[in-house]
Amino acid sequence: MTDFGYSINTSSRMNLDDFDKESFDKLAEMEPDVRKCMACGSCTASCTAGKFHETSLRSAILALQNGQEGKAIDFLKGCMLCGKCTMVCPRGINTRHLILSILKVYGTK
Amino acid sequence: MIYEGKKKIWSDYQKDIPDDHYFYVRSCIRQTFFPASEAAFLEITRNRLGKDVFETEHHTTCGGIAYHCDTIPQETSMTIIARQFALMHKYGYENFVCSCVTSFGLYCETLEAWREFPELKEKIAENLLKSCGLEFAVPKVLIHSSDLIYKYRNPIAALAKFKLVNKKTGKPLRVVEHIGCHYSKMFPSKGVGGAEYPYVLIGMIEAWGGEIIDYPERRHCCGFGFRQYFVQANRGYSLANTNKKFESMEPYNPDMIITNCPGCSYFMDKWQYVIAEMNHKTYGEDGHGIPVFTYEEVAGLVMGYDPWDLGLQTHLVGPEPVLDKIGIPYDSDAKYKGVNGKNIGKPEEVDCIK
Repeated sequence: MTDFGYSINTSSRMNLDDFDKESFDKLAEMEPDVRKCMACGSCTASCTAGKFHETSLRSAILALQNGQEGKAIDFLKGCMLCGKCTMVCPRGINTRHLILSILKVYGTK
Repeated sequence: MIYEGKKKIWSDYQKDIPDDHYFYVRSCIRQTFFPASEAAFLEITRNRLGKDVFETEHHTTCGGIAYHCDTIPQETSMTIIARQFALMHKYGYENFVCSCVTSFGLYCETLEAWREFPELKEKIAENLLKSCGLEFAVPKVLIHSSDLIYKYRNPIAALAKFKLVNKKTGKPLRVVEHIGCHYSKMFPSKGVGGAEYPYVLIGMIEAWGGEIIDYPERRHCCGFGFRQYFVQANRGYSLANTNKKFESMEPYNPDMIITNCPGCSYFMDKWQYVIAEMNHKTYGEDGHGIPVFTYEEVAGLVMGYDPWDLGLQTHLVGPEPVLDKIGIPYDSDAKYKGVNGKNIGKPEEVDCIK
């Protein structure tokens, strides 16, 4: 193939039909606080692991709502369960427990 | 598409298009890549419809490419534009028609800026006088050349020898219309039909017998975007936009694409080859791409002009499938012969796309 010096960029398009409502409802049943998140990003800003690994609970929740479960799990892989995010959450979400619940519901995917 | 609803929207966005007496300025990109389109525009309006369309060799680029690439300041581009308007005034015209959608957007933006900031207008008038010795003027009416062909769509249909209809099946050709972003996305009231459902090309296609395809990414940019394209490392982003459009229109089996923007014609045509090289995928029938036309080329085709006189040999995706469907006669041996049978050079053949 001719070397053009560039390639087709990967599309960032999301298909909302991929959103797994059943799993998300199951998660919300176990952890109703998941619906409380207002995506302020305080958890991500305070995350120690986030300095070394792409770790973000805010992005993980957004990815789940966009039907990107694999991506959501990737955002949580670096979590050390230190609990700093729980201390800064303005909505008082038990973020550490929420992370464990997300892994319980989606972890096998 | 709910047709009745769109008719209501279109009726809200109608603009004043005078019937005659225009000062015409050309497009840098179109003169380079599709020079016969502008020749066809002048031939049809002047010689077939008997209109007064004047152009002068003294006009220049509008400076749009440099402006959008951030290489010249806005005041410089405004002075260039003021010079174009001053030339129009000098030759006794009030109606300004430009061939390029980027220029059209920039002219609209400049006129709006002058209306909003009169002190800027005065400064540009002073710049113009100092640099060119010309008298400052603004056009009474500013339109894009597709507006004018839209205005004349019915007289053109009356002169037509062919229709956008498949000769064998008797069904209308399925046409994708693509409007340049700077035509009406910046100033919806300046485009025929507004920004979301512009009517300018639809009107032509309907008048000439074709069928419009409505597909999800219809209003998506072709991907040209000056900053994306002019830096080689960013071209993948430009290409991804075009790829997204083609993936979206593919299930609707379009026969042809018509655009009103120089960049869109160029990129939707040429990128099909690059996509075929990279992804080994073509979007037309039997390994062909989807032929891309300018509105003047389509007007010329339905009026019975020779396809090679309209410059269709300069397109990367061959127009032959569409010509065959409509039943337009053409001489394959004459494809790369110019005036007086002179050989204009044949492009290198590629395997990945016909």
